[in-house]
Amino acid sequence: MTAARALPRHADGPDGRRLPGLLQAMDLDAHLGAYGPPPYRGPRQLIEVVAAAGLTGRGGAGFPTARKLAVVAGAGRRAVVVGNGAESEPASRKDKQLLLTAPHLVLDGLQLAAEAVGATMACLYLHRHPGLHRALGSALAARAAAGLDRVEVQLVSAPPRFLAGEESAVVSRINSGPALPRFKVPPMFQRGVAGAPTLVQNVETLAHLARIARYGASWFRAAGTAAEPGSMLATCRRADGTVEVVETAIGTPLGELLRLSELPGQAVLVGGYHGTWLTSAHAAALPLANAGLRPAGAAVGAGLLVALPPGRCGIAEAVRVVRYLAAESAGQCGPCLSGLPRIATGFAELAAPRPRPRLRADLERWARMAERRGACHHPDGSVRFLRSALAVFAGELTAHARGQCPATSHRPFLPVPAGVPAGQADWT
Amino acid sequence: MNQQLRVNPIACTGHGLCAELLPEWASLDEWGYPIISAEPIPPRLRKAARRAVTDCPALALLLTDGR
Repeated sequence: MTAARALPRHADGPDGRRLPGLLQAMDLDAHLGAYGPPPYRGPRQLIEVVAAAGLTGRGGAGFPTARKLAVVAGAGRRAVVVGNGAESEPASRKDKQLLLTAPHLVLDGLQLAAEAVGATMACLYLHRHPGLHRALGSALAARAAAGLDRVEVQLVSAPPRFLAGEESAVVSRINSGPALPRFKVPPMFQRGVAGAPTLVQNVETLAHLARIARYGASWFRAAGTAAEPGSMLATCRRADGTVEVVETAIGTPLGELLRLSELPGQAVLVGGYHGTWLTSAHAAALPLANAGLRPAGAAVGAGLLVALPPGRCGIAEAVRVVRYLAAESAGQCGPCLSGLPRIATGFAELAAPRPRPRLRADLERWARMAERRGACHHPDGSVRFLRSALAVFAGELTAHARGQCPATSHRPFLPVPAGVPAGQADWT
Repeated sequence: MNQQLRVNPIACTGHGLCAELLPEWASLDEWGYPIISAEPIPPRLRKAARRAVTDCPALALLLTDGR
């Protein structure tokens, strides 16, 4: 794969000039030279353009951005806009990289979204990472000196928890509470930060919004597919252990992004730890687009792709991840609190020699009981990950039951943070 | 009006009263938490559903307008 082929087709601006990519490093001077100041155009004006562009959220759920903007703008009260930069997938790093290389695109998007929905307050929600806070703090100071921002932006830090970036957890944390998911009745767009209608958008979504505001809907649609237009950032963890964040057109084959022909893997994880395992042969030809992934039971999520190299044990990897997901349950909803630890323990037992005969049926029943019964999607995503691992690594499971493992290396491949003992979790 | 019975899973502490008051609509899983039908509550059960909502010790049940 050459760098040129990876460029989204909208790499050229409407005037034919080559545009910098989303990930091109730019300080404020470079940013103003390339893009100019944020193109403010008055309340609500941007919503139609974003709707025509077909931009969807890049944080994982893929909800149409214009619909969120319209519903918050339509609430008729002073709103709050939140840029969500707390990507919590341990294996993903696209938001962090975007924030460190092109902070001003994100901050332009935050201002333009605030204008569109009539927000008088804006927050940028980031992990505690000191470099990130320093970089965004000085970017905001430079913008203040240049008089670019109309709404003041507050930096809020997120605890290092898997669920800290969940929309209602973000709002709870900004309201000085713990970063725990909430029961979303009424929804955030009606009552969020300080009781105001609240728009929470992933930072990459805001960066796209900042470019759509300048170059328009048809420019954005020159890349991607008709149903899922534009480009997106993807974190590609390839079979040789290297990690690269790329901006790619939606619809690019997974095999190309992971370079599977040069760096073959045995299985591919699509969408993160709430995502789906596929065999490498199946994944190679599938596009990075929900329309193509849906029949395979997968979704682009927040654009995380992992190729598991040959010689590693997919079951051992999946067991570690499921144990981590169980430990990261907020422990608030009964079916998740009771279900995920049983699922994690049962899965580990199933991966050990001679598991008890009823275990597989128990595991499947616990998965059904945990699913769709939480205040957030943590149990659903964890169960999706588990089921796809059981299907893709069925051969390994059979070998494990006989006391064998085909793997040649048991060095962990997927990054899994060290667990926090129950009761000592810090959610602020 | 199409009303749905919903549980706030964060507030629910698994007392199980809903399954006694409204066995047609709520059953308990093997951990003691309610599994509640998402179907609209039929008129004959509306009174019992309202009672389950007011009597839930955790105030975890609510009736919402179905969408």
